[in-house]
Amino acid sequence: MDILTAIVDFLVDEIFSKPFYLVGLMTAIGLIALRKPLSAIVGGTLKATMGFLILVVGAVTVINALDPLGKLILGATGAKGVVPLNEAIVALAQSQYGAVTAYLMFLGFLVSLVIARFTNLRYVFLTGHHIFYMATMLAVILVTVKLTDAYAVVVGAILLGTIMVIMPAFAQPWMRKVTGGEALAMGHFGSLGYIAAGVTGQVVARTAGKGKSTEEIEFPEGLRFLREPMVGTAVAMFVIYLVFAVWYLARVGEVAAVEGVGLAEGTTWASYLMAQVLNALNFGVGVAVILLGVRTIIGEIVPAFAGIAERVVPNALPALDCPVSFPYAPNAVLIGFLASVVGGLASLAVLSIFEPALGLALILPGMVPHFFTGGTAGVFGNATGGRWGAVLGGIVNGVLITFLPAFLLIVLGNLGFLNTTFGDADFGWYGIVIGNVASSLQTSGQIVVSVAVLIVAAILIAFASWFQRRYVETGWSPGGEAMPEPAPEAAS
Amino acid sequence: MKILAVCGMGLGSGLLLRMQAEKALRQLGVTADLEVADIGSARAMARTADLIITSNELAEQLGTVKPRVVTITNFIDLDEMVRKLRAALQET
Repeated sequence: MDILTAIVDFLVDEIFSKPFYLVGLMTAIGLIALRKPLSAIVGGTLKATMGFLILVVGAVTVINALDPLGKLILGATGAKGVVPLNEAIVALAQSQYGAVTAYLMFLGFLVSLVIARFTNLRYVFLTGHHIFYMATMLAVILVTVKLTDAYAVVVGAILLGTIMVIMPAFAQPWMRKVTGGEALAMGHFGSLGYIAAGVTGQVVARTAGKGKSTEEIEFPEGLRFLREPMVGTAVAMFVIYLVFAVWYLARVGEVAAVEGVGLAEGTTWASYLMAQVLNALNFGVGVAVILLGVRTIIGEIVPAFAGIAERVVPNALPALDCPVSFPYAPNAVLIGFLASVVGGLASLAVLSIFEPALGLALILPGMVPHFFTGGTAGVFGNATGGRWGAVLGGIVNGVLITFLPAFLLIVLGNLGFLNTTFGDADFGWYGIVIGNVASSLQTSGQIVVSVAVLIVAAILIAFASWFQRRYVETGWSPGGEAMPEPAPEAAS
Repeated sequence: MKILAVCGMGLGSGLLLRMQAEKALRQLGVTADLEVADIGSARAMARTADLIITSNELAEQLGTVKPRVVTITNFIDLDEMVRKLRAALQET
């Protein structure tokens, strides 16, 4: 009996609470369920495990580079500065929330299949990295309001399964407009921004008339480099570090600035600035390493998930990553991206004016969320409102992904004190809703909290199911005259 | 043979291309190693690849690389993938 307890203890302590082995284990289960050959199971399992460890390595690099930036912004402006980047926050969360995240993600995927199987929301969300990021955020929020790990896993899995089927449904009328009726759905947690952009395009079309499409514009070749998100991130981080480094230097002088960021006494201002350049580059390096880790994990898990989904929910619509919409309007991607950055900077200005009153953090433009969600918002805005729809839709998205993270930080517990956070719009609204419901009831105990957030999930599923029947199944086309204007944002 | 599926970050849509290509190759009875790359590291990884699969815009950005580049318009259209891969494999 003692040996048995010893074995159980060993398994729990050394395997089942270590997220890297867990991720490997779950990949193995997926691959076994698909009856893959042994070599593929062993290889896939090892790769997923090592992918997780790569992620942790990248997290260390990112935190080392971000720490001085936080000091620079605080020293220069007196406010907290945050650069939203999903990859960074997710990697940083894993050391504390990794095990809950891994269980939650696996179970959440199964819940999404059950909902897809038994309701009219027949979508299979196949964007693996976003499932992983959403699982992380839910784990953080639920553990922060003092749910035990077991509760956090079960409740979080239901919440994850819910958001994975409702967002593709809400986005579907506009997605259909974009793709011209292809059998695919949007599976990306920036969807509130895309719907908002689509609705903005409709408003543009109604008030000013739908102008020419973005695709009739000749685009200057020089802007092409912006299509590489890693380059965009490096350039933006370079500017952000230097702006705040110079600002801080000008405000407190050389000696205090050098001491403030923790450099050795006697460091010159030139070396101080170069140290910030190096930090900006190292931030990019850390993100690149994290991406390699995420790529390795999801490269093994998603095919296993997809194979299971095909058997459990045949004929479901695949909900796919946002760049699948890019080929439908490549110019709108660039326009939407630039417009989103403009919207983000304008919102930053508003945040900085009201910062003393609201006590919110300054949300600086993270280039990765602006590129992908701004670009997609541009495509959606263009589909309903032409080129001005793309511009205004991009701006609306930029406003959303600046204000939502500012409010999201409050419910993220100790992760809210870091200098990065979740960027895309659905992390924002879903996290704010779930987080506020949960934290307002925290003193009533975990059962009340669990029931309350599950009621929220049930309402969302019922609403999405109605929306699916009313707007998706009837073939309603946004911008068409026959049907009334929907209000999908009411979900937030 | 080694095939590289390229997208912006090497996450969602690149993985989708890889999964579609795997299905298509099974139909064609061809075995190959498939890897996903982001646009930033794709040029370096292209040196050891025999074929690249990506979207039109990213193919432009990739420029001239050693392996043949297959561009896919509709990421979930298996027929398009099979047709284009068959043509590419016949030429190489």
